[in-house]
Amino acid sequence: MEFLNAIVALANFVLIPATSYGAQLALGALGVTMIYGILRFSNFAHGDTMALGTAFAILITWGLQGMGVSLGPLPTALLALPVAIGLTGLVMLATDRAVYRFYRRKKVVPVILVIVSMGVMFVMNGITRFLIGVDEIRFSDGARFLINAREFKQSTGLDEGLALRTTQVLTVVTAVAVVALLFWFLNHTRTGKSMRAFSDNEDLALLSGINPERVVMYAWLIAGALATTAGVLYGLDKSFKAFTYFQLLLPIFASAIVGGLGNPVGAIAGGFLIAYSEVAVTYAFKKVVSYLVPEAWEPSGLMQLLSTDYKFAVSFTILIIVLLFKPTGLFKGKAV
Amino acid sequence: MTFLTADSMTGGYGAADILHDCTIGVDKGEIAVIVGPNGAGKSTAMKAVFGMLTLRKGRVTLDGRDITALTPQDRVAQGMAFVPQTNNVFPSMSVEENLEMGAFLRRDDITRTMEQVYDLFPILRDKRRQNAGELSGGQRQQVAVGRALMTEPKLLMLDEPTAGVSPIVMDELFDRIIEVARTGISILMVEQNARQALEIADKGYVLVQGRNAYTDTGAALLADPEVRRTFLGG
Amino acid sequence: MRNIALFAVIGLLIVAEGFTGSWNTALGILNMGLISAILALGVNMQWGYAGLFNVGVVGFVALGGLAPVLISTPPTEGAMAAGGWRILLALIVGVASIGLAIAINRRAAGKMRVLGILAVLIGGFFLYRAIFDPAVEAVEAINPARAGNIGGLDLPVLLSWPIGGVFAAAAAWVIGKTALGLRSDYLAIATLGIGEIIVAIMKNEDWLARGVKNVINIPRPVPYEVDLQADPGFVERAAGLGMDPVTASTIFVKILYGCLFLAVLLILIWLTEKALNSPWGRMMRAIRDNEVAAEAMGKDVTLRHLQVFILGSAVCGMAGAMIVTLDSQLTPGTYHPLRFTFLIWVMVIVGGSGNNWGAVLGGMLIWYLWVKVEPWGQAVMDLVTSGLADGSALKAHLQASTAHMRLMTMGLVLLLVLRFAPRGLIPEK
Repeated sequence: MEFLNAIVALANFVLIPATSYGAQLALGALGVTMIYGILRFSNFAHGDTMALGTAFAILITWGLQGMGVSLGPLPTALLALPVAIGLTGLVMLATDRAVYRFYRRKKVVPVILVIVSMGVMFVMNGITRFLIGVDEIRFSDGARFLINAREFKQSTGLDEGLALRTTQVLTVVTAVAVVALLFWFLNHTRTGKSMRAFSDNEDLALLSGINPERVVMYAWLIAGALATTAGVLYGLDKSFKAFTYFQLLLPIFASAIVGGLGNPVGAIAGGFLIAYSEVAVTYAFKKVVSYLVPEAWEPSGLMQLLSTDYKFAVSFTILIIVLLFKPTGLFKGKAV
Repeated sequence: MTFLTADSMTGGYGAADILHDCTIGVDKGEIAVIVGPNGAGKSTAMKAVFGMLTLRKGRVTLDGRDITALTPQDRVAQGMAFVPQTNNVFPSMSVEENLEMGAFLRRDDITRTMEQVYDLFPILRDKRRQNAGELSGGQRQQVAVGRALMTEPKLLMLDEPTAGVSPIVMDELFDRIIEVARTGISILMVEQNARQALEIADKGYVLVQGRNAYTDTGAALLADPEVRRTFLGG
Repeated sequence: MRNIALFAVIGLLIVAEGFTGSWNTALGILNMGLISAILALGVNMQWGYAGLFNVGVVGFVALGGLAPVLISTPPTEGAMAAGGWRILLALIVGVASIGLAIAINRRAAGKMRVLGILAVLIGGFFLYRAIFDPAVEAVEAINPARAGNIGGLDLPVLLSWPIGGVFAAAAAWVIGKTALGLRSDYLAIATLGIGEIIVAIMKNEDWLARGVKNVINIPRPVPYEVDLQADPGFVERAAGLGMDPVTASTIFVKILYGCLFLAVLLILIWLTEKALNSPWGRMMRAIRDNEVAAEAMGKDVTLRHLQVFILGSAVCGMAGAMIVTLDSQLTPGTYHPLRFTFLIWVMVIVGGSGNNWGAVLGGMLIWYLWVKVEPWGQAVMDLVTSGLADGSALKAHLQASTAHMRLMTMGLVLLLVLRFAPRGLIPEK
């Protein structure tokens, strides 16, 4: 009994939230890794792209809700998502045309592009705040729980409740669908393969007649779609606040680098590694341990490795360790 | 009828000229080889033919058409194919995907061409699903040549195809090149291994400091005592 | 010539502010502008001399801001006895275990090496926590409403400025040893992380910086306004100039601060200009322009980068100490990366990366702009919305959003300068 309680507590407070968070990070890291592979720079504006995409989705969701449209138990934001993706895509293309293309033509060193992306970050941040303000916004509706903690306790008779939120399941399902779609695109379509070729050997790709501007266009569109999806899922799961997405830059980049910059599989693996580490290291294991050990040995402290205020220190530490020992990442991405 | 002509090419990568009045020509189905000492401008001459540098003077025609102003991509569309010396495959993609990318500009069914490439390089058929980066040097060169052949070019240009491969692999590669030429594709090749290259060449161009020094058939150049003394080690 | 004209423009802007606004605000802008110039100077050293993209400036500024607290505030009664020494012991244990792990990494090999490192790190971590946690609790329990931290050494506050630089330099050494020598993107992300971590430590470790409760009443090197107002001699001289004592005292204090900051800035400019034009400086720029060639010539590029990284961060740390002294309080909550890291980058880029005078100009100009964008933006927005009916949702929304326009304006300025004037207002020679 106690053992089951421990498992349920672990699942409820560690496994489920970490899986959901991992899926969100994975989607974010995929966007970053795609831009890196094709355009060869770390896009610091990615966090605020997620915020902007989510802002679009929220506005459309409000509009839909105002019109009385709903999706039953699922959040209405899902209906808004495709439109938000479209809008974000337009923004990405406009940004490329107005800002990045100039530097691409001039063949500047990558660090200049990173600085430029910093400027883009400011502007996107400003636009997002202008559209939607700085307050915290909760825009998820529909059924909140798939499995209610109380009902779980009643039906199983355990002390520990398991709560499974719809948004958590939604995150994982959407992430799986998006990733499957992306990999199908990259491995089985002519355009997708041309993007992989371009990322692999740019000169040879040009020689083969692959149009660089088209590849870049697709890269921005896909990155924008991934950013919007990740942002909306994160916002549905937790809440939307314009500043939070900037803070996600560190774990997202950590995930992409740990997995190997430029490598999509690595981005996903990195996302889950970072997420699980963050949650596990900052979780107070007191409850779980108490279930497992006899009463005399029950811990007095929280048994928390690091306080939750330091949770991004975890992703940072993992990042530094990887940079020190294996800079190309777990799944050999583009090298240092 | 000369299929490819590059007349009086003069130019370089920047301010200084590397090529001075350099002339190259290839007939249909012929193997033409450019040899010469290091720094002679051999690779530069070929890159000029392919359009990778702007010529100050000179003209390039392919099958009668003046292509001097075309970009390399456009020249590919006209029937040229280029195999660079290094970085000539997509290492993280499979052999088959490499060939697919080679045929990127084609919109028709490429299976027949792919079969022809596999017939020419049987080992690639065995390793079609393997990543090109995992293959040995010689096999990678075969992938590189195969990739270039996927557009069914009329002129195949190879930049030092045997650089860094063992003598046995080099012989094999040259055999394949002869087979390709037999199908009617013209070959223009820059080679460091002058003797072996001239042995299979219909026409040879010896370049020295960006100029034509000797031009003749491969056999004639091999027999010429001057050429042998200066470039072939007697 | 042109450069003098640019600086003169700034002078004019400040003077104009004095007349249209008030001299207090003008001097306030000037003082913060001087500090911003120092910050820009520090960042410019890293970027202009060595091409290093440091995105964690906020961390170094925060660390420097800790110095006035730890150096010049009085020690909290009984804090050291209750837990202060134990905290120090715990930190030593932590550093020692990391050092030991690194030593094992170098000496041992194979499985023993991995096991040894893991054992030392895990054991060291738990030992550190065992000493650290109860000690922190004890310290924070002492008078939490007004103290709850260990306090400081009660030394003169001007001493804390260079010490702030030392704090920042130490952190720069650690992060530099680990992250330099990697691709510039990676350095950027690593410094981003360290900046966030330092700020998080300041916000959460109450025993150090009181976290959200802030540390107030930090000693200052200039007289207090209230003291001046109570001094009859001062009041008399103020009256002679036609000013009331309150205004006179605030302006006088600001001028004193301004003189101090200006002195520091001028010394730093002199030092950096000498360094830039010295053989060392020429070597740094040679490395920046062609790293491969420099390495082939035997220059230890990573070491040089580390030197510059430490020096630049030390300057930022000193500026951080100066900010806290100016405010007379340490407010960990104000250390936002957008305000400190990215704004300074705008300053460096706009002013002219690679040029020390450019950095100074950029610092002062962008700070001025940063302060003025809000009222100007408000005025513009008032004009734009004057046609709309009062009470309309759109008008309210637009009005409310002008506050957020500052960052966006900075972003636009950065993008425009990078595109059309990438070498900045005062380009590198």
